[in-house]
Amino acid sequence: MEFLLQPLTILTFFPLVGVLVLLFIPSDKKNALRWTALITSLLTFCISLWVLTLFRESNPDLQLVAKYDWITVAGWNIQYSLGVDGLSILLVLLTSFLTPISILSMWTAVEDRVKDFLLFFLLLEVGMMGVFLAQDLFLFYIFWEFTLVPMYFLIGIWGGPRRIYAAVKFFLYTMAGSILMLLAILWLGIYGGTFSVPDLIAQHNIPANVQMWLFIAFAAAFAIKVPMWPLHSWLPDAHVEAPTAGSVILAGVLLKMGTYGFLRFNIPLFPQATVQAAPWIALLATIGIIYGAAVSYAQSDIKKLVAYSSVSHLGFVMLGLFALNAQGIEGAILQMINHGISTGALFLLVGMVYEQTHTREFKVYGGLWKVMPIYGTVMLIASLSSMGLPGLNGFVGEFTILLGAFGSQAIGNPLFAGISALGVIMAAVYILYMFQKMFLGPEGSIVEEVKKHGHALRDLNWREIATITPLLVFMFWIGLYPAPFFNLMAPAVQKLVSALVIP
Amino acid sequence: MPQSQDFSTILPLTILTVWACVLLLVDLFVPKGRKGITALLAALGLAVALGFTLSQIGHDAVTGFSNMVVLDSFSTFINALLLISGILGVSLAYGYVRRMSLERGEYYTLLLFSVIGMMLMAQAADLIIIFLGLELLSIPLYVLAAFARPKSESEEAGLKYFLLGAFSAGFVVYGIALVFGATGTTSLAGILSSASSGTSSLLLTIGAALILVGFGFKVAAVPFHMWTPDVYQGSPTPVTAFMAAGAKIAGFAALLRVFGSALPSLASDITPILVVLAGLTMIVGNLLAIAQTDIKRMLAYSSIAHAGYILMAFVPFGNKDVLPVSIAAGLFYLVAYAFTNFGSWGIVIAMEKAEGKGLAISDYAGLGRKYPALAAAMTVFMLSLIGLPPTLGLVGKFYLFRAVMSGGFVGLALIGVLTSLISAYYYLRVVVTMYMRDGEPEVVSEPWLNLTWGAAAVVTVVLSFFPQVLFMWASTAFLK
Repeated sequence: MEFLLQPLTILTFFPLVGVLVLLFIPSDKKNALRWTALITSLLTFCISLWVLTLFRESNPDLQLVAKYDWITVAGWNIQYSLGVDGLSILLVLLTSFLTPISILSMWTAVEDRVKDFLLFFLLLEVGMMGVFLAQDLFLFYIFWEFTLVPMYFLIGIWGGPRRIYAAVKFFLYTMAGSILMLLAILWLGIYGGTFSVPDLIAQHNIPANVQMWLFIAFAAAFAIKVPMWPLHSWLPDAHVEAPTAGSVILAGVLLKMGTYGFLRFNIPLFPQATVQAAPWIALLATIGIIYGAAVSYAQSDIKKLVAYSSVSHLGFVMLGLFALNAQGIEGAILQMINHGISTGALFLLVGMVYEQTHTREFKVYGGLWKVMPIYGTVMLIASLSSMGLPGLNGFVGEFTILLGAFGSQAIGNPLFAGISALGVIMAAVYILYMFQKMFLGPEGSIVEEVKKHGHALRDLNWREIATITPLLVFMFWIGLYPAPFFNLMAPAVQKLVSALVIP
Repeated sequence: MPQSQDFSTILPLTILTVWACVLLLVDLFVPKGRKGITALLAALGLAVALGFTLSQIGHDAVTGFSNMVVLDSFSTFINALLLISGILGVSLAYGYVRRMSLERGEYYTLLLFSVIGMMLMAQAADLIIIFLGLELLSIPLYVLAAFARPKSESEEAGLKYFLLGAFSAGFVVYGIALVFGATGTTSLAGILSSASSGTSSLLLTIGAALILVGFGFKVAAVPFHMWTPDVYQGSPTPVTAFMAAGAKIAGFAALLRVFGSALPSLASDITPILVVLAGLTMIVGNLLAIAQTDIKRMLAYSSIAHAGYILMAFVPFGNKDVLPVSIAAGLFYLVAYAFTNFGSWGIVIAMEKAEGKGLAISDYAGLGRKYPALAAAMTVFMLSLIGLPPTLGLVGKFYLFRAVMSGGFVGLALIGVLTSLISAYYYLRVVVTMYMRDGEPEVVSEPWLNLTWGAAAVVTVVLSFFPQVLFMWASTAFLK
């Protein structure tokens, strides 16, 4: 019983309660289904806030650890082990925060097979929570692979016209990376006699020549998920085809699983290889930043633009992580959250107008501000936040990352940070370009087009405003007063960095 | 003269043999159209034998009939698995043979005799007994494969299986003869002492290789797999399901027994061959499965591929430290495979209509919407075959790759995971068709059939969270 009362166990598996209830509600009672899922996810969010109150921010170690023997027979040493520390607490909160928002966003957008959609969504939440909380490699791998399955269905069943292609591509790409990680996990398990991550880190004895191989195997899984250039090609397809709620979760949380993986596993488990690899990762990250920004500018589909901008933004996160100093890593963690909020908001907003117009091509839009003033305002704030305007959240993250990368001993060359800074400018170009095409200038053809069908474009309704407002609050909060967020992660980051030996 | 304790070593086997013979007679009095009684009796016999097998858990390892058979924890494990496979085979067949008007009492007796042959192989401590078991398992299967006569595909399947089976039996016999020539004995213990006393002769190696080839046919390892797709496709589907699980389990049991307990001294010669066999089987099986549009052929190639995964467990057979781990991993994977296999074939049976309709993968379109439980179960089986959570297939692969890596064969493990990725492509196609394409599928709903695939799905998921008992049992399964 004690096992079931652990706060982190409750947090991870609470959505399953919702799954059970959903199973007993008939498929045609769509509103009952939606409310059940929404309430479940809101309660999960409350549980995560409860976890936050139990969390001691001055403690750099894993907290609220729930550790039980799971499979400890026949030479196996697998534990059910959950724990949270400064590296993961914000991501846990982000997950439980974005899930109800995503569920709200599908309220009217998904009318077909609502029950299945919500089932998969809640299962996905279990998987994501597990990924951020698991402290045993076997358990982690199970959660990691498990998130694939519901996301695959979300894209494949409720996606756009090329949904099957996108779903299978997403699945195979991600799995390709994780099977290499599986081999590395097995190697570690055999070598260290345990799959427990803290124990493996404490052993501190992985031979230097093997470290690089293991680092690469883990990095393969995470780099595809992030996605780092040049492994990003699944992302635009997945995003364009996914339903809005799927895109929000994909950009908001699933991609962070990749960057989190580097932070939780690669850096502390293989410190020597990490230091060696840092300049190379920084190089790839920098290419990703510039490439993602340049390709974003070339898009004519709004969702594709936001998708490629993710490649650019996550390049910043990777650059910050592998600066391997406190500033860089703290900035990177904050930027993970920022990206989840800003890009999540952008995908939500695109979804809101798409629901009315059924097109995402820029060229038919124009002059929307006059027609939908609230929508325009909200979109402007989200765009500015995404491009890193001071006063909003994106700026704080990117600035801290660049600061860290400039002074990074591990990267060794301020050039990377210098080039990456150009990415911030380029972000302004493509984001404002999009904003201008959609909202300013003469009225686009879509306004007439929609009128022909007998109803004008409407502005945001109350549900939509309720969906987006929490995100706006955080954009300003992090932008104006980020200290509480930094305080949560600082001790854990300090501990992580101090374990590294940078020549 | 055999003593009574001799019979106690093969107690479940004896019971089942007597039962099968009696059933042959009883069936004469079961009126046509009520052959369900025979099915029930056959399942009952299997269940009784299973009960006795389970009572043998923890029994000290003993030999019987002057070292011809052995009862050890390994054989008990395999016997239990075989008997469960037999029960699942009966329950899959019951409705199917009625529906396809193949209902004849011999079906169940033949199945029982085949199980007896398989169990004999698992308990054999002498090459002659292994051969006896091999024939006893095969001959009923030849008949069963052709059971849908006069359907030409079924006749073709029976004949093909018979010809290649006879051919492979020839390899085994010749191999046994050469081994006998080299060591002067057919007893596994005798071969062990003779082979490890130094003089490792070329004759012995060739003999062992021939035995390997013979069993390679039986378990459908590449390049001895050519018969598999045709036979699996042509045979009545419940026969295929039983064949895919049972014959593989027995074949692998015998292989492990012969190589693990009698011929570890040949490891330096045989291991490279096994590495190549396992690698090729995984690669070829998975690559050819991609091109299939018929579900039976796809699953046939998938079973070839899985033979490759299980073969990996044999690769470190000469390494004394790793052997127990790899035996346990192999056994565990066989369990995972057996349940997944019966479940997925169960779904195929539910979808199959008369005259071979309903067997194209495209016929599965729309299943997710119309029959959510069935589609969910099939999804579980597909995930398990890929090796993804939350299924037994993942735990099985984890265990298997761990054993292979403990033996130092990282390259082989790499092939294993990469081919798993390839396999995801074609297994997912089934899922895509079920959930993401529209169609109007019709499903046959029969209580025993539904129970079989339902139970298989539940076991596949639940055991993946609580594999401890099975781990424990598999890891104590030692060869005597």
